[in-house]
Amino acid sequence: MSLSVKEKTVVNWVLRALKLLICIFVVVASISSRLFAVVKFESIIHEFDPWFNFRATKLLTETSFYNFLNWFDSRTWYPLGRVTGGTLYPGLMTTASLIWNILHKIGIPIDIRNVCVLFAPIFSSLTAWATYKLASDIKDTRTGLLAAAFIAIVPGYISRSVAGSYDNEAIAITLLMLTFMFWIKSIKTGSILHTIGASLCYFYMVSAWGGYVFITNLIPFHVFCLLLMGRYSNQIYVSYTTWFVLGTVASMQIPFVGFLPIRSNDHMSALGIFGLLQIVAFGNFIKKSYSQNNNNSNSNGNLKKVMVFSFLAVCILGILLLILATYLGLIAPWTGRFYSLWDTNYAKIHIPIIASVSEHQPVAWPAFFFDTHFLIWLFPVGVTLLFSELKNEHVFIIVYSVLCSYFAGVMVRLMLTLTPVICIASSVALSQLFDTYLNFYDLFKFWQNGSSSRQNSTNKDTKLNFFKFLSKLIVSGSFIFYLYIFVYHCTWVTQNAYSSPSVVLPSQTPDGKMALIDDFREAYYWLRMNTDEDSKVAAWWDYGYQIGGMADRTTLVDNNTWNNTHIALVGKAMASNEDRAYEIFNELDVDYVLVVFGGLLGFGGDDLNKFLWMIRISEGIWPDEVNERSFFSTTGEYRVDSSATQVMKDSIMYKMSYHNFPYLYGENSGGVDHVRQQLIKPEDVGDLKRFHEVFTSENWMIRIYKLNERDNEGRDSEFSVFKNKSVANDNNSNVEGVDGSRRRRRRRRQQYSLLDASELRI
Amino acid sequence: MAANTSSANFIKTSTNATNKKSNSIWNDFQDVYRVSMKSYWDALDKYPKLKLIDIFCLFLVIIGVIQFAFLCLIRDNFPFNAFLSGFIICVGQFALLISFRMQYLNPFPGIPKNRAFGEFIVASLILHFICLHFIN
Repeated sequence: MSLSVKEKTVVNWVLRALKLLICIFVVVASISSRLFAVVKFESIIHEFDPWFNFRATKLLTETSFYNFLNWFDSRTWYPLGRVTGGTLYPGLMTTASLIWNILHKIGIPIDIRNVCVLFAPIFSSLTAWATYKLASDIKDTRTGLLAAAFIAIVPGYISRSVAGSYDNEAIAITLLMLTFMFWIKSIKTGSILHTIGASLCYFYMVSAWGGYVFITNLIPFHVFCLLLMGRYSNQIYVSYTTWFVLGTVASMQIPFVGFLPIRSNDHMSALGIFGLLQIVAFGNFIKKSYSQNNNNSNSNGNLKKVMVFSFLAVCILGILLLILATYLGLIAPWTGRFYSLWDTNYAKIHIPIIASVSEHQPVAWPAFFFDTHFLIWLFPVGVTLLFSELKNEHVFIIVYSVLCSYFAGVMVRLMLTLTPVICIASSVALSQLFDTYLNFYDLFKFWQNGSSSRQNSTNKDTKLNFFKFLSKLIVSGSFIFYLYIFVYHCTWVTQNAYSSPSVVLPSQTPDGKMALIDDFREAYYWLRMNTDEDSKVAAWWDYGYQIGGMADRTTLVDNNTWNNTHIALVGKAMASNEDRAYEIFNELDVDYVLVVFGGLLGFGGDDLNKFLWMIRISEGIWPDEVNERSFFSTTGEYRVDSSATQVMKDSIMYKMSYHNFPYLYGENSGGVDHVRQQLIKPEDVGDLKRFHEVFTSENWMIRIYKLNERDNEGRDSEFSVFKNKSVANDNNSNVEGVDGSRRRRRRRRQQYSLLDASELRI
Repeated sequence: MAANTSSANFIKTSTNATNKKSNSIWNDFQDVYRVSMKSYWDALDKYPKLKLIDIFCLFLVIIGVIQFAFLCLIRDNFPFNAFLSGFIICVGQFALLISFRMQYLNPFPGIPKNRAFGEFIVASLILHFICLHFIN
């Protein structure tokens, strides 16, 4: 059955229109599934890091780009300050403020917050497009469409790109896919233009995320594999050298990266492959010109000998140079983060601050299924299928998947870079399957011919056809069913697990209605409204960005953990007794101390649970002042009730968390800590003498204390006559009095039961 | 005693062999060098524009070496970015030129010579722009 030319063009147009339609649907799906966060909660910036990005973006829109790059932030890391402009990746903020400026120029007066909130969904649709192009280059456009649909809704990627999650990763994954798309294209064609695209995207990526090192190592590794497989071609030379030269010199323009690309060992593989490629190209050139003039087989053997000899010489020379450079200090030593990639225990032993971040923990196995659903078992199939053809671009996907599977097993956050390749590989597998089993062309032909040729065909023939049809139907039907379940799973996960802003906590009233626990914003708003503009707030580093963004107060430490000692100092203050802590806080000019306490609600991510990390980090710096063992009970348990050690009970973290807590349920019964399921008795909690409570949020999640002031003669606060006066001043927002508020809180406590808030910060 | 002498003999012969071998490798090198130089001059005669490209290549190498030698001479790399951009522009332009040279001799499928030249120009312009920005 042959089609005429006209029919063919019609079919082509229909196919093209269908493709466009599917692409539009994918884009709509990718954006709308990320809007759950806005629909369920509100248009709010999520979590921790996004608050800093938001603050920086706001500054960028208010001042100039020049000021932004030279930004010295004196309101964080007090009293040190932070050279923020030189230590951030500006890509995200620059893009957001560019969008904001353009929208304002064309007369849409949108708020910068809304731009930031909707930033990730918009860029995820771009990711889908780039993945479509990339997967189309790997196999065909059907694969591309499947891959785009997968990446649009797969939870592993949504986890970092819901509306409001205004983080570097939101734009970085888009750029990752764009870079890889251009790279595959340039490897295929050898066109310098495509390589320029790859290196510009790489530059953009460097400006946006520290994970660019992944590209810096993956592309050279790909080239290296191709060289080892004996697949050197001029196309590879052209695309790699152009990418390397342009990409490297461009990446050095980012102030935070600076000279790293030629100094740190993370980047050395790229440089090494560049050198190797020059040598191989030269060898290739010699070989070609030699064999052009010489057809003698013996002399070809000579050539081989020469090649091997010079190759060995070059290798030895290169290794010697590398050792010499490291020895002389020209190349930076391997960084800790790098070691923790290879040895999962490295960070735990050497750098507690890296180990303490939950993102840096190894992935739990169920997380793979939770984040990618049935793609995780299609993924190996797809990789195996790629082996059967093994073109250059297939090698890339294989290398990518092998490397990333390992790294994702080491660090949770690298799951994010694994997800795209899972989508691509499994779409290869699925489209291969559909090519075979969803092809009912034979059946149509049979039907069409059936009326005319039924009398000719034997009975056996139709039977065979029927079974063939049945097997096709079963296989494709079951996979379509899996796809349906996949969509269902993705929607469910997005809705329930990844849309929570973690600034506002979801919970339920007993009758099943949704209720929001808004203690964080309540407390930060209180700080903003009731404290002096220049007051300094001491809190654990997790809350630094939020205090800076929402309360606009000076913080000691924040989520940019650039100074371990300073963090350890805050940890030491929290772990030491009242007198010592008062001394430390006074030295740091602290006015308020903020602690997060989840015991009343059952919020697992509170400061008492993070307390061990504070102790460990400060023990790393002052081993003789802080001792982790002394915080454990005699049986070696982490207890907070009567069997807790005296050191634990004396620490201000303990006192501040449980201050007045045992009296909440009546005079002498004591209070049950719902996180640790232990009974806190009134006699366990010592009185605070040098701090006084100024604010406690509705569900007791945030408690803020003020340091008692020294009197005019600098005498200690304990004897200060001004103590009561300042309490009266600060407490005027809680005028109801302690008894009234206590009763009110008890009532609320009965109404809410918190939904797994402990899992919110996976 | 006998065993000793035989081993000494063995050592002697093996050193002789390595001598001979290195000699032959040297010969091989000379041979390869001669032949490839010949084919190189042939290519130059065939495509006169190659001369231009290769002179430019040589020029870049010389400039790069001079910069590096100067760095070693004054034993300081103070405006490091200036040195780097100067050096990288030589290396980068060299790599781009070689890329273009390859495409000039045997064009890739789908990319005619003229387009290759245009792409080369665009890449060079971008390289120069970035390096100028970097040099301050």
